[in-house]
Amino acid sequence: MPPFDPLYTAIVIVCLIGGVLGLCAFLTLAERKISAWIQDRVGPNRVGPGGLLQPMADGGKFFLKEEVIPDHVDKIFYLLAPAVAVGTALLTLAVVPFGSTVPAPEPASSLAAYEQSQAEYQSHFSFVVNPGLDIGVLYLFAIGSLAVYGVVLAGWSANNKYSLLGSLRASAQIISYEIPLGMSVLGVFLICGSLNPEKIVAWQTDNGPYWLILFQPLALLLFMTSSYAEANRLPFDLPEAEQELVGGYHTEYSALKLGLMLLSEYVHLIAGSFMLSVMFLGGWSLFGLETISDDPIVAAVIKLVILCGKMFALCIFAQLIRWTIPRFRFDQLMNIAWKVLLPLALLNLICVMVVKQLGAPLLVLTVTSAVLVVGAGLFSVWTAGSVTNPKRKVVKLPAGIPAGVTYAS
Amino acid sequence: MPIPETDVQWVETARLGFWEQLYIPSMLAGLKTTIGHIFSPQVKTEQYPEQEPKMPANYRGVHRLNRDHNDRVKCVACYMCATACPAHCIDIVAAPAPADWKDREKYPETFVIDELRCIYCGMCEEACPVDAIELTTLYDLTGLSREEMIFDKEKLLSVFDQTTKAGTDPVRTRAGRLGAASDTAPG
Repeated sequence: MPPFDPLYTAIVIVCLIGGVLGLCAFLTLAERKISAWIQDRVGPNRVGPGGLLQPMADGGKFFLKEEVIPDHVDKIFYLLAPAVAVGTALLTLAVVPFGSTVPAPEPASSLAAYEQSQAEYQSHFSFVVNPGLDIGVLYLFAIGSLAVYGVVLAGWSANNKYSLLGSLRASAQIISYEIPLGMSVLGVFLICGSLNPEKIVAWQTDNGPYWLILFQPLALLLFMTSSYAEANRLPFDLPEAEQELVGGYHTEYSALKLGLMLLSEYVHLIAGSFMLSVMFLGGWSLFGLETISDDPIVAAVIKLVILCGKMFALCIFAQLIRWTIPRFRFDQLMNIAWKVLLPLALLNLICVMVVKQLGAPLLVLTVTSAVLVVGAGLFSVWTAGSVTNPKRKVVKLPAGIPAGVTYAS
Repeated sequence: MPIPETDVQWVETARLGFWEQLYIPSMLAGLKTTIGHIFSPQVKTEQYPEQEPKMPANYRGVHRLNRDHNDRVKCVACYMCATACPAHCIDIVAAPAPADWKDREKYPETFVIDELRCIYCGMCEEACPVDAIELTTLYDLTGLSREEMIFDKEKLLSVFDQTTKAGTDPVRTRAGRLGAASDTAPG
Protein backbone atom coordinates (compact mmCIF):
# COMPACT_ATOMS: atom_id res chain seq x y z
CA MET A 1 0.00 0.00 0.00
CA PRO A 2 1.37 3.44 -0.83
CA PRO A 3 1.50 5.93 2.02
CA PHE A 4 -1.48 8.24 2.21
CA ASP A 5 -0.85 11.88 1.40
CA PRO A 6 -3.95 13.98 2.26
CA LEU A 7 -2.79 17.08 0.40
CA TYR A 8 -2.03 15.24 -2.83
CA THR A 9 -5.29 13.31 -2.62
CA ALA A 10 -7.26 16.49 -1.96
CA ILE A 11 -5.73 18.16 -5.02
CA VAL A 12 -6.52 15.15 -7.20
CA ILE A 13 -10.10 15.01 -5.92
CA VAL A 14 -10.66 18.70 -6.57
CA CYS A 15 -9.19 18.48 -10.07
CA LEU A 16 -11.11 15.31 -10.93
CA ILE A 17 -14.48 16.50 -9.65
CA GLY A 18 -14.01 19.93 -11.18
CA GLY A 19 -13.05 18.40 -14.49
CA VAL A 20 -15.89 15.88 -14.46
CA LEU A 21 -18.52 18.48 -13.56
CA GLY A 22 -17.22 20.80 -16.28
CA LEU A 23 -17.25 17.93 -18.74
CA CYS A 24 -20.83 17.08 -17.73
CA ALA A 25 -21.87 20.63 -18.54
CA PHE A 26 -20.30 20.42 -21.95
CA LEU A 27 -21.65 16.92 -22.56
CA THR A 28 -25.14 18.41 -22.26
CA LEU A 29 -24.19 20.87 -24.99
CA ALA A 30 -22.66 18.06 -27.08
CA GLU A 31 -25.80 16.00 -26.55
CA ARG A 32 -28.01 18.82 -27.80
CA LYS A 33 -25.73 19.69 -30.70
CA ILE A 34 -25.34 16.08 -31.83
CA SER A 35 -29.07 15.48 -31.53
CA ALA A 36 -29.62 18.57 -33.64
CA TRP A 37 -27.13 17.58 -36.33
CA ILE A 38 -28.51 14.06 -36.58
CA GLN A 39 -32.03 15.45 -36.91
CA ASP A 40 -30.95 18.05 -39.52
CA ARG A 41 -31.41 20.95 -37.14
CA VAL A 42 -29.00 23.63 -35.97
CA GLY A 43 -29.09 23.21 -32.19
CA PRO A 44 -28.41 25.82 -29.52
CA ASN A 45 -26.57 28.72 -31.15
CA ARG A 46 -27.68 31.82 -29.26
CA VAL A 47 -25.43 31.91 -26.20
CA GLY A 48 -21.84 32.63 -27.09
CA PRO A 49 -20.12 31.69 -30.35
CA GLY A 50 -21.92 28.68 -31.80
CA GLY A 51 -23.78 28.17 -28.52
CA LEU A 52 -20.59 27.36 -26.62
CA LEU A 53 -21.75 29.19 -23.50
CA GLN A 54 -25.10 27.37 -23.41
CA PRO A 55 -24.01 25.16 -20.44
CA MET A 56 -23.36 28.32 -18.38
CA ALA A 57 -26.85 29.58 -19.16
CA ASP A 58 -28.35 26.17 -18.31
CA GLY A 59 -26.39 25.95 -15.06
CA GLY A 60 -27.34 29.49 -14.10
CA LYS A 61 -30.96 28.67 -14.81
CA PHE A 62 -30.80 25.67 -12.47
CA PHE A 63 -29.51 27.95 -9.70
CA LEU A 64 -31.99 30.75 -10.24
CA LYS A 65 -35.20 28.76 -10.67
CA GLU A 66 -37.66 28.41 -7.86
CA GLU A 67 -37.07 25.42 -5.61
CA VAL A 68 -40.52 23.87 -5.60
CA ILE A 69 -41.16 21.24 -2.95
CA PRO A 70 -44.69 19.94 -3.54
CA ASP A 71 -46.92 19.48 -0.50
CA HIS A 72 -47.55 15.81 -1.14
CA VAL A 73 -43.93 14.62 -1.08
CA ASP A 74 -42.12 12.87 1.73
CA LYS A 75 -39.75 15.75 2.47
CA ILE A 76 -36.82 13.90 4.01
CA PHE A 77 -36.45 11.30 1.26
CA TYR A 78 -37.40 13.81 -1.41
CA LEU A 79 -34.44 15.98 -0.40
CA LEU A 80 -32.17 13.00 0.23
CA ALA A 81 -32.67 11.39 -3.19
CA PRO A 82 -30.70 13.86 -5.37
CA ALA A 83 -27.90 13.86 -2.79
CA VAL A 84 -27.74 10.06 -2.84
CA ALA A 85 -27.87 9.97 -6.64
CA VAL A 86 -25.09 12.47 -7.20
CA GLY A 87 -23.06 11.29 -4.20
CA THR A 88 -22.91 7.66 -5.32
CA ALA A 89 -22.18 8.75 -8.87
CA LEU A 90 -19.24 10.87 -7.76
CA LEU A 91 -17.98 8.14 -5.40
CA THR A 92 -17.48 5.82 -8.37
CA LEU A 93 -14.80 8.19 -9.62
CA ALA A 94 -12.58 7.33 -6.64
CA VAL A 95 -11.01 4.30 -8.33
CA VAL A 96 -11.19 5.41 -11.94
CA PRO A 97 -7.78 6.16 -13.45
CA PHE A 98 -7.91 9.26 -15.61
CA GLY A 99 -4.30 9.52 -16.71
CA SER A 100 -1.02 7.66 -16.51
CA THR A 101 -0.93 5.13 -13.71
CA VAL A 102 1.70 2.80 -12.36
CA PRO A 103 0.60 -0.39 -10.64
CA ALA A 104 1.75 -0.95 -7.08
CA PRO A 105 4.77 -3.28 -6.93
CA GLU A 106 4.38 -6.95 -6.10
CA PRO A 107 5.53 -8.16 -2.67
CA ALA A 108 9.32 -8.52 -2.73
CA SER A 109 11.48 -11.31 -1.29
CA SER A 110 13.73 -9.10 0.81
CA LEU A 111 13.23 -5.89 2.73
CA ALA A 112 15.80 -4.02 0.64
CA ALA A 113 14.14 -5.08 -2.59
CA TYR A 114 10.78 -4.09 -1.15
CA GLU A 115 11.97 -0.63 -0.18
CA GLN A 116 13.61 -0.14 -3.53
CA SER A 117 10.43 -1.08 -5.39
CA GLN A 118 8.39 1.16 -3.10
CA ALA A 119 10.72 4.10 -3.70
CA GLU A 120 10.49 3.46 -7.43
CA TYR A 121 6.70 3.35 -7.12
CA GLN A 122 6.59 6.59 -5.08
CA SER A 123 8.60 8.44 -7.71
CA HIS A 124 5.77 8.05 -10.23
CA PHE A 125 2.72 10.19 -10.42
CA SER A 126 -0.59 8.35 -10.46
CA PHE A 127 -3.68 9.99 -11.92
CA VAL A 128 -6.17 8.28 -9.68
CA VAL A 129 -7.78 9.35 -6.40
CA ASN A 130 -7.15 6.07 -4.63
CA PRO A 131 -4.08 4.39 -6.15
CA GLY A 132 -3.22 0.78 -5.45
CA LEU A 133 -6.71 -0.29 -4.42
CA ASP A 134 -6.78 -3.99 -5.26
CA ILE A 135 -10.57 -4.35 -5.14
CA GLY A 136 -10.85 -1.42 -7.58
CA VAL A 137 -13.51 -2.61 -10.00
CA LEU A 138 -15.41 -4.47 -7.28
CA TYR A 139 -15.72 -1.17 -5.40
CA LEU A 140 -17.02 0.41 -8.58
CA PHE A 141 -19.75 -2.21 -8.93
CA ALA A 142 -20.67 -1.96 -5.24
CA ILE A 143 -21.08 1.82 -5.38
CA GLY A 144 -22.73 1.60 -8.79
CA SER A 145 -25.46 -0.63 -7.41
CA LEU A 146 -26.07 1.90 -4.62
CA ALA A 147 -27.01 4.39 -7.33
CA VAL A 148 -30.40 2.74 -7.63
CA TYR A 149 -31.27 4.06 -4.16
CA GLY A 150 -31.25 7.63 -5.43
CA VAL A 151 -33.71 6.69 -8.14
CA VAL A 152 -35.94 4.58 -5.91
CA LEU A 153 -36.04 7.22 -3.17
CA ALA A 154 -36.86 9.91 -5.70
CA GLY A 155 -39.70 7.87 -7.18
CA TRP A 156 -41.13 6.72 -3.87
CA SER A 157 -40.95 10.01 -1.98
CA ALA A 158 -42.50 12.03 -4.82
CA ASN A 159 -45.88 10.37 -4.15
CA ASN A 160 -46.76 10.48 -7.82
CA LYS A 161 -47.73 7.58 -10.04
CA TYR A 162 -45.38 8.50 -12.87
CA SER A 163 -42.42 8.85 -10.53
CA LEU A 164 -43.25 5.57 -8.86
CA LEU A 165 -43.57 3.73 -12.18
CA GLY A 166 -40.29 5.23 -13.33
CA SER A 167 -38.45 4.22 -10.22
CA LEU A 168 -39.95 0.71 -10.32
CA ARG A 169 -38.70 0.33 -13.86
CA ALA A 170 -35.33 1.76 -12.89
CA SER A 171 -34.84 -0.58 -9.97
CA ALA A 172 -35.76 -3.66 -12.03
CA GLN A 173 -33.55 -2.49 -14.88
CA ILE A 174 -30.49 -1.54 -12.86
CA ILE A 175 -30.60 -4.69 -10.75
CA SER A 176 -30.99 -6.86 -13.87
CA TYR A 177 -28.16 -5.18 -15.76
CA GLU A 178 -25.79 -5.29 -12.79
CA ILE A 179 -25.39 -9.01 -13.43
CA PRO A 180 -24.25 -8.96 -17.09
CA LEU A 181 -22.20 -5.86 -16.23
CA GLY A 182 -20.24 -7.80 -13.63
CA MET A 183 -20.22 -11.10 -15.53
CA SER A 184 -18.88 -9.61 -18.73
CA VAL A 185 -15.69 -8.29 -17.16
CA LEU A 186 -14.90 -11.43 -15.14
CA GLY A 187 -13.02 -12.68 -18.19
CA VAL A 188 -10.88 -9.54 -18.15
CA PHE A 189 -10.02 -10.13 -14.50
CA LEU A 190 -9.08 -13.75 -15.25
CA ILE A 191 -6.80 -12.69 -18.09
CA CYS A 192 -5.13 -9.84 -16.19
CA GLY A 193 -5.17 -11.56 -12.82
CA SER A 194 -6.29 -8.46 -10.97
CA LEU A 195 -9.30 -6.31 -10.15
CA ASN A 196 -7.06 -3.27 -9.88
CA PRO A 197 -7.64 -0.96 -12.88
CA GLU A 198 -4.01 0.15 -12.79
CA LYS A 199 -2.85 -3.45 -13.15
CA ILE A 200 -5.35 -4.06 -15.95
CA VAL A 201 -3.89 -1.10 -17.84
CA ALA A 202 -0.37 -2.30 -17.09
CA TRP A 203 -1.19 -5.77 -18.45
CA GLN A 204 -2.40 -4.22 -21.69
CA THR A 205 0.56 -1.89 -22.11
CA ASP A 206 3.47 -3.95 -20.76
CA ASN A 207 3.32 -6.79 -23.28
CA GLY A 208 3.08 -4.41 -26.21
CA PRO A 209 -0.22 -2.91 -27.19
CA TYR A 210 -2.42 -5.92 -26.41
CA TRP A 211 -5.68 -4.14 -25.85
CA LEU A 212 -8.29 -6.42 -24.38
CA ILE A 213 -10.75 -5.49 -27.12
CA LEU A 214 -8.63 -7.90 -29.19
CA PHE A 215 -9.31 -10.86 -26.92
CA GLN A 216 -12.63 -9.89 -25.40
CA PRO A 217 -14.67 -8.08 -28.05
CA LEU A 218 -17.84 -9.80 -26.88
CA ALA A 219 -17.20 -8.73 -23.28
CA LEU A 220 -16.71 -5.17 -24.52
CA LEU A 221 -20.10 -5.24 -26.24
CA LEU A 222 -21.84 -6.72 -23.21
CA PHE A 223 -20.17 -4.27 -20.83
CA MET A 224 -20.99 -1.31 -23.01
CA THR A 225 -24.65 -2.35 -23.36
CA SER A 226 -25.01 -2.91 -19.63
CA SER A 227 -23.29 0.33 -18.73
CA TYR A 228 -25.71 2.28 -20.94
CA ALA A 229 -28.54 0.55 -19.09
CA GLU A 230 -26.91 1.44 -15.77
CA ALA A 231 -26.65 5.09 -16.78
CA ASN A 232 -30.33 5.09 -17.92
CA ARG A 233 -29.31 6.18 -21.38
CA LEU A 234 -31.27 5.53 -24.53
CA PRO A 235 -32.13 2.86 -25.71
CA PHE A 236 -32.53 1.94 -22.03
CA ASP A 237 -34.12 5.13 -20.73
CA LEU A 238 -37.44 3.58 -19.71
CA PRO A 239 -37.25 4.98 -16.15
CA GLU A 240 -37.59 8.51 -17.52
CA ALA A 241 -39.41 7.89 -20.78
CA GLU A 242 -40.78 11.36 -21.45
CA GLN A 243 -43.48 10.12 -23.78
CA GLU A 244 -44.98 7.68 -21.28
CA LEU A 245 -43.91 8.83 -17.83
CA VAL A 246 -43.62 12.64 -18.06
CA GLY A 247 -39.98 12.31 -17.02
CA GLY A 248 -40.22 9.33 -14.68
CA TYR A 249 -38.60 9.56 -11.30
CA HIS A 250 -37.60 13.21 -11.62
CA THR A 251 -41.08 14.44 -12.51
CA GLU A 252 -41.49 16.27 -9.20
CA TYR A 253 -38.03 17.79 -9.08
CA SER A 254 -37.18 21.34 -10.03
CA ALA A 255 -34.24 23.71 -10.10
CA LEU A 256 -30.95 22.48 -8.68
CA LYS A 257 -32.36 19.17 -7.45
CA LEU A 258 -33.31 18.28 -11.01
CA GLY A 259 -29.86 19.46 -12.07
CA LEU A 260 -28.24 17.06 -9.60
CA MET A 261 -30.39 14.18 -10.88
CA LEU A 262 -29.37 14.86 -14.48
CA LEU A 263 -25.77 15.39 -13.41
CA SER A 264 -25.58 11.98 -11.76
CA GLU A 265 -26.53 10.29 -15.04
CA TYR A 266 -23.76 12.07 -16.90
CA VAL A 267 -21.26 11.18 -14.17
CA HIS A 268 -22.31 7.53 -14.55
CA LEU A 269 -21.75 7.80 -18.28
CA ILE A 270 -18.31 9.35 -17.77
CA ALA A 271 -17.29 6.75 -15.18
CA GLY A 272 -18.54 3.95 -17.44
CA SER A 273 -16.63 5.36 -20.41
CA PHE A 274 -13.47 5.65 -18.31
CA MET A 275 -13.82 2.02 -17.23
CA LEU A 276 -14.42 0.91 -20.83
CA SER A 277 -11.27 2.65 -22.01
CA VAL A 278 -9.27 1.34 -19.06
CA MET A 279 -10.42 -2.26 -19.25
CA PHE A 280 -10.76 -2.80 -22.99
CA LEU A 281 -9.13 0.00 -24.92
CA GLY A 282 -5.67 0.01 -23.36
CA GLY A 283 -6.08 2.91 -20.92
CA TRP A 284 -3.53 5.61 -21.64
CA SER A 285 -1.75 3.81 -24.49
CA LEU A 286 -2.26 4.63 -28.14
CA PHE A 287 0.04 2.78 -30.56
CA GLY A 288 3.28 4.11 -29.06
CA LEU A 289 2.16 7.74 -29.06
CA GLU A 290 2.44 7.78 -25.26
CA THR A 291 6.21 7.08 -25.38
CA ILE A 292 6.96 9.90 -27.78
CA SER A 293 8.46 12.12 -25.07
CA ASP A 294 11.02 11.27 -22.40
CA ASP A 295 10.10 14.23 -20.25
CA PRO A 296 7.95 12.79 -17.44
CA ILE A 297 5.61 15.79 -17.29
CA VAL A 298 5.00 15.90 -21.05
CA ALA A 299 4.50 12.13 -21.06
CA ALA A 300 2.00 12.42 -18.21
CA VAL A 301 0.08 15.11 -20.08
CA ILE A 302 0.06 13.02 -23.27
CA LYS A 303 -1.28 10.00 -21.39
CA LEU A 304 -3.91 12.14 -19.67
CA VAL A 305 -5.03 13.51 -23.03
CA ILE A 306 -5.11 10.03 -24.63
CA LEU A 307 -7.20 8.47 -21.86
CA CYS A 308 -9.56 11.43 -21.57
CA GLY A 309 -9.85 11.52 -25.36
CA LYS A 310 -10.86 7.85 -25.40
CA MET A 311 -13.39 8.52 -22.65
CA PHE A 312 -14.80 11.52 -24.53
CA ALA A 313 -15.04 9.55 -27.77
CA LEU A 314 -16.99 6.83 -25.94
CA CYS A 315 -19.35 9.45 -24.46
CA ILE A 316 -19.97 10.83 -27.95
CA PHE A 317 -20.52 7.27 -29.20
CA ALA A 318 -23.19 6.81 -26.52
CA GLN A 319 -24.92 9.92 -27.82
CA LEU A 320 -24.78 8.59 -31.38
CA ILE A 321 -26.29 5.30 -30.19
CA ARG A 322 -29.06 7.31 -28.59
CA TRP A 323 -30.37 8.39 -31.99
CA THR A 324 -29.62 5.08 -33.69
CA ILE A 325 -31.64 2.56 -31.70
CA PRO A 326 -35.22 3.08 -30.62
CA ARG A 327 -36.20 2.52 -27.02
CA PHE A 328 -36.88 -1.08 -26.02
CA ARG A 329 -40.16 -2.27 -24.64
CA PHE A 330 -39.87 -3.30 -21.00
CA ASP A 331 -40.23 -7.04 -21.68
CA GLN A 332 -37.62 -6.76 -24.43
CA LEU A 333 -35.35 -4.97 -21.98
CA MET A 334 -35.64 -7.79 -19.46
CA ASN A 335 -35.27 -10.42 -22.17
CA ILE A 336 -32.04 -8.84 -23.37
CA ALA A 337 -30.57 -8.80 -19.88
CA TRP A 338 -31.56 -12.30 -18.78
CA LYS A 339 -31.81 -14.28 -21.99
CA VAL A 340 -29.08 -12.72 -24.14
CA LEU A 341 -26.46 -10.81 -22.19
CA LEU A 342 -26.24 -13.10 -19.17
CA PRO A 343 -25.87 -16.43 -21.06
CA LEU A 344 -23.38 -14.87 -23.47
CA ALA A 345 -21.36 -13.45 -20.58
CA LEU A 346 -21.36 -16.83 -18.83
CA LEU A 347 -20.30 -18.69 -21.99
CA ASN A 348 -17.60 -16.12 -22.60
CA LEU A 349 -16.36 -16.59 -19.04
CA ILE A 350 -16.24 -20.36 -19.53
CA CYS A 351 -14.21 -19.87 -22.73
CA VAL A 352 -11.71 -17.70 -20.84
CA MET A 353 -11.44 -20.29 -18.07
CA VAL A 354 -10.84 -23.12 -20.54
CA VAL A 355 -8.27 -21.14 -22.49
CA LYS A 356 -6.42 -20.11 -19.32
CA GLN A 357 -6.49 -23.69 -18.01
CA LEU A 358 -5.18 -25.21 -21.25
CA GLY A 359 -2.65 -22.43 -21.71
CA ALA A 360 -3.86 -21.81 -25.25
CA PRO A 361 -2.94 -18.52 -26.96
CA LEU A 362 -5.27 -15.68 -26.08
CA LEU A 363 -6.20 -15.16 -29.73
CA VAL A 364 -8.40 -18.24 -29.37
CA LEU A 365 -10.66 -16.01 -27.29
CA THR A 366 -11.18 -13.67 -30.23
CA VAL A 367 -12.39 -16.65 -32.24
CA THR A 368 -14.63 -17.90 -29.43
CA SER A 369 -16.17 -14.43 -29.08
CA ALA A 370 -17.04 -14.38 -32.78
CA VAL A 371 -18.32 -17.96 -32.56
CA LEU A 372 -20.53 -17.04 -29.60
CA VAL A 373 -22.06 -14.06 -31.42
CA VAL A 374 -22.69 -16.05 -34.59
CA GLY A 375 -23.96 -18.99 -32.53
CA ALA A 376 -26.39 -16.72 -30.69
CA GLY A 377 -27.63 -15.43 -34.05
CA LEU A 378 -28.05 -18.95 -35.40
CA PHE A 379 -29.82 -20.04 -32.23
CA SER A 380 -32.23 -17.13 -32.56
CA VAL A 381 -32.94 -18.06 -36.19
CA TRP A 382 -33.42 -21.72 -35.22
CA THR A 383 -35.88 -20.89 -32.45
CA ALA A 384 -37.44 -18.15 -34.61
CA GLY A 385 -37.02 -15.69 -31.77
CA SER A 386 -39.35 -17.69 -29.55
CA VAL A 387 -36.90 -17.51 -26.65
CA THR A 388 -36.15 -13.80 -26.56
CA ASN A 389 -39.39 -12.61 -28.07
CA PRO A 390 -42.11 -15.14 -27.25
CA LYS A 391 -45.26 -14.79 -29.30
CA ARG A 392 -48.35 -13.73 -27.49
CA LYS A 393 -51.18 -16.18 -27.93
CA VAL A 394 -53.96 -14.84 -30.13
CA VAL A 395 -57.33 -15.63 -28.60
CA LYS A 396 -60.19 -15.33 -31.02
CA LEU A 397 -63.43 -14.47 -29.35
CA PRO A 398 -66.50 -16.49 -30.28
CA ALA A 399 -68.70 -14.83 -32.86
CA GLY A 400 -71.12 -12.25 -31.62
CA ILE A 401 -69.05 -11.00 -28.72
CA PRO A 402 -68.00 -7.40 -29.27
CA ALA A 403 -64.27 -6.71 -29.53
CA GLY A 404 -62.68 -5.12 -26.51
CA VAL A 405 -64.86 -6.99 -24.02
CA THR A 406 -63.04 -9.47 -21.85
CA TYR A 407 -64.65 -12.32 -20.01
CA ALA A 408 -63.30 -14.26 -17.12
CA SER A 409 -62.52 -17.72 -18.43
CA MET B 1 -71.09 -2.19 -33.24
CA PRO B 2 -68.72 -5.14 -33.37
CA ILE B 3 -66.22 -5.31 -36.22
CA PRO B 4 -67.30 -8.04 -38.67
CA GLU B 5 -64.88 -10.94 -38.88
CA THR B 6 -64.36 -10.34 -42.60
CA ASP B 7 -62.92 -6.89 -41.87
CA VAL B 8 -60.32 -8.17 -39.42
CA GLN B 9 -56.89 -8.80 -40.87
CA TRP B 10 -54.51 -10.94 -38.86
CA VAL B 11 -50.98 -9.76 -39.55
CA GLU B 12 -47.95 -11.86 -38.68
CA THR B 13 -44.73 -9.99 -37.84
CA ALA B 14 -42.02 -10.63 -40.39
CA ARG B 15 -39.52 -13.29 -39.32
CA LEU B 16 -36.04 -11.97 -38.70
CA GLY B 17 -33.26 -13.58 -40.69
CA PHE B 18 -29.79 -14.50 -39.46
CA TRP B 19 -28.34 -11.10 -40.33
CA GLU B 20 -31.00 -9.26 -38.33
CA GLN B 21 -30.77 -11.68 -35.43
CA LEU B 22 -27.06 -10.85 -35.09
CA TYR B 23 -28.24 -7.32 -34.26
CA ILE B 24 -24.78 -5.80 -34.70
CA PRO B 25 -24.92 -5.33 -38.52
CA SER B 26 -28.31 -3.65 -38.26
CA MET B 27 -26.98 -1.39 -35.55
CA LEU B 28 -23.96 -0.47 -37.67
CA ALA B 29 -26.26 0.34 -40.58
CA GLY B 30 -28.21 2.62 -38.23
CA LEU B 31 -25.01 4.27 -37.03
CA LYS B 32 -24.05 4.87 -40.65
CA THR B 33 -27.27 6.81 -41.14
CA THR B 34 -26.88 8.92 -38.00
CA ILE B 35 -23.21 9.69 -38.63
CA GLY B 36 -24.01 10.44 -42.26
CA HIS B 37 -26.46 13.08 -41.14
CA ILE B 38 -23.83 14.70 -38.92
CA PHE B 39 -21.31 15.03 -41.74
CA SER B 40 -23.70 15.97 -44.52
CA PRO B 41 -26.27 18.13 -42.76
CA GLN B 42 -29.37 19.10 -44.70
CA VAL B 43 -30.50 21.83 -42.34
CA LYS B 44 -33.88 23.15 -43.34
CA THR B 45 -34.72 25.09 -40.19
CA GLU B 46 -35.35 28.81 -40.56
CA GLN B 47 -33.10 31.14 -38.54
CA TYR B 48 -36.14 33.10 -37.40
CA PRO B 49 -35.13 36.48 -36.01
CA GLU B 50 -32.46 36.93 -38.68
CA GLN B 51 -34.42 35.27 -41.43
CA GLU B 52 -38.03 36.36 -41.76
CA PRO B 53 -40.45 33.74 -43.02
CA LYS B 54 -42.27 34.45 -46.27
CA MET B 55 -45.93 34.09 -45.49
CA PRO B 56 -48.40 32.80 -48.07
CA ALA B 57 -50.77 35.47 -49.41
CA ASN B 58 -53.77 33.86 -47.72
CA TYR B 59 -52.13 33.87 -44.28
CA ARG B 60 -54.55 35.11 -41.63
CA GLY B 61 -52.72 37.67 -39.51
CA VAL B 62 -53.57 41.14 -38.18
CA HIS B 63 -56.67 42.78 -39.69
CA ARG B 64 -56.71 45.94 -41.74
CA LEU B 65 -59.45 48.27 -42.92
CA ASN B 66 -59.06 49.04 -46.62
CA ARG B 67 -59.25 52.52 -48.04
CA ASP B 68 -61.02 53.35 -51.26
CA HIS B 69 -59.63 55.47 -54.13
CA ASN B 70 -60.33 58.68 -52.16
CA ASP B 71 -58.47 57.40 -49.12
CA ARG B 72 -61.73 57.13 -47.23
CA VAL B 73 -62.51 54.08 -45.19
CA LYS B 74 -64.17 51.58 -47.46
CA CYS B 75 -66.41 50.12 -44.76
CA VAL B 76 -70.14 50.82 -45.03
CA ALA B 77 -70.95 49.83 -41.42
CA CYS B 78 -73.28 47.00 -42.36
CA TYR B 79 -72.33 44.89 -39.30
CA MET B 80 -71.91 41.75 -41.42
CA CYS B 81 -68.42 41.10 -40.03
CA ALA B 82 -69.49 41.69 -36.42
CA THR B 83 -72.39 39.29 -36.97
CA ALA B 84 -70.21 36.65 -38.57
CA CYS B 85 -67.48 36.91 -35.95
CA PRO B 86 -67.55 33.76 -33.78
CA ALA B 87 -65.43 35.42 -31.09
CA HIS B 88 -67.46 38.63 -30.93
CA CYS B 89 -64.35 40.74 -31.11
CA ILE B 90 -65.57 43.39 -33.57
CA ASP B 91 -67.37 46.43 -32.23
CA ILE B 92 -68.79 48.93 -34.73
CA VAL B 93 -70.69 52.15 -34.14
CA ALA B 94 -72.37 53.30 -37.35
CA ALA B 95 -73.19 56.89 -38.24
CA PRO B 96 -74.82 58.52 -41.29
CA ALA B 97 -72.21 59.10 -43.92
CA PRO B 98 -71.01 62.71 -44.42
CA ALA B 99 -73.06 64.61 -46.98
CA ASP B 100 -70.35 64.58 -49.65
CA TRP B 101 -69.99 60.76 -49.52
CA LYS B 102 -72.55 60.14 -52.22
CA ASP B 103 -71.96 56.43 -52.64
CA ARG B 104 -73.15 55.19 -49.24
CA GLU B 105 -75.61 55.90 -46.48
CA LYS B 106 -73.55 54.88 -43.44
CA TYR B 107 -69.95 54.80 -42.40
CA PRO B 108 -68.32 53.45 -39.22
CA GLU B 109 -67.88 56.15 -36.62
CA THR B 110 -65.78 53.73 -34.60
CA PHE B 111 -64.51 50.34 -35.65
CA VAL B 112 -62.76 48.42 -32.90
CA ILE B 113 -61.26 44.92 -33.04
CA ASP B 114 -59.96 43.22 -29.92
CA GLU B 115 -56.93 41.45 -31.37
CA LEU B 116 -56.56 39.35 -28.22
CA ARG B 117 -60.07 38.01 -28.52
CA CYS B 118 -59.90 37.37 -32.25
CA ILE B 119 -59.29 33.79 -33.31
CA TYR B 120 -58.07 34.78 -36.80
CA CYS B 121 -60.61 32.59 -38.57
CA GLY B 122 -61.15 35.01 -41.46
CA MET B 123 -64.95 34.91 -41.24
CA CYS B 124 -65.12 38.74 -41.20
CA GLU B 125 -63.19 38.86 -44.46
CA GLU B 126 -65.57 36.30 -45.97
CA ALA B 127 -68.63 38.17 -44.74
CA CYS B 128 -67.66 41.68 -45.86
CA PRO B 129 -69.77 42.67 -48.91
CA VAL B 130 -67.45 45.52 -49.94
CA ASP B 131 -64.05 43.90 -49.24
CA ALA B 132 -63.32 46.50 -46.60
CA ILE B 133 -61.83 44.23 -43.95
CA GLU B 134 -58.94 41.93 -44.79
CA LEU B 135 -56.47 39.82 -42.87
CA THR B 136 -52.83 40.61 -43.60
CA THR B 137 -49.70 38.53 -43.37
CA LEU B 138 -48.46 40.33 -40.24
CA TYR B 139 -47.84 37.39 -37.92
CA ASP B 140 -45.69 38.86 -35.15
CA LEU B 141 -48.19 41.07 -33.34
CA THR B 142 -47.15 41.84 -29.77
CA GLY B 143 -48.16 44.33 -27.14
CA LEU B 144 -47.30 45.34 -23.60
CA SER B 145 -50.87 45.70 -22.35
CA ARG B 146 -54.39 44.52 -23.15
CA GLU B 147 -55.42 48.07 -24.06
CA GLU B 148 -52.65 48.23 -26.61
CA MET B 149 -54.08 45.19 -28.37
CA ILE B 150 -57.51 46.74 -28.93
CA PHE B 151 -57.23 48.21 -32.42
CA ASP B 152 -59.45 51.16 -33.36
CA LYS B 153 -60.30 52.49 -36.82
CA GLU B 154 -57.21 54.66 -37.17
CA LYS B 155 -54.95 51.83 -36.16
CA LEU B 156 -56.61 49.42 -38.58
CA LEU B 157 -56.33 51.98 -41.39
CA SER B 158 -52.68 52.48 -40.54
CA VAL B 159 -52.19 48.73 -40.90
CA PHE B 160 -53.57 49.12 -44.42
CA ASP B 161 -51.16 51.97 -45.16
CA GLN B 162 -48.27 50.04 -43.71
CA THR B 163 -48.90 46.76 -45.50
CA THR B 164 -49.69 48.24 -48.90
CA LYS B 165 -46.66 50.52 -48.69
CA ALA B 166 -44.41 47.64 -47.73
CA GLY B 167 -45.88 45.64 -50.61
CA THR B 168 -46.42 42.57 -48.48
CA ASP B 169 -50.19 42.66 -48.85
CA PRO B 170 -51.43 44.42 -52.00
CA VAL B 171 -55.13 45.20 -52.12
CA ARG B 172 -56.74 41.93 -53.05
CA THR B 173 -60.18 43.01 -54.18
CA ARG B 174 -60.90 42.73 -57.87
CA ALA B 175 -64.32 44.42 -57.59
CA GLY B 176 -65.27 48.02 -58.35
CA ARG B 177 -64.94 51.07 -56.21
CA LEU B 178 -66.98 49.80 -53.32
CA GLY B 179 -66.44 46.12 -53.84
CA ALA B 180 -68.48 43.21 -55.05
CA ALA B 181 -71.83 44.26 -53.60
CA SER B 182 -71.87 47.67 -55.25
CA ASP B 183 -71.36 46.23 -58.74
CA THR B 184 -74.60 44.31 -58.86
CA ALA B 185 -77.70 46.30 -59.62
CA PRO B 186 -80.10 46.40 -56.69
CA GLY B 187 -83.28 44.35 -56.96
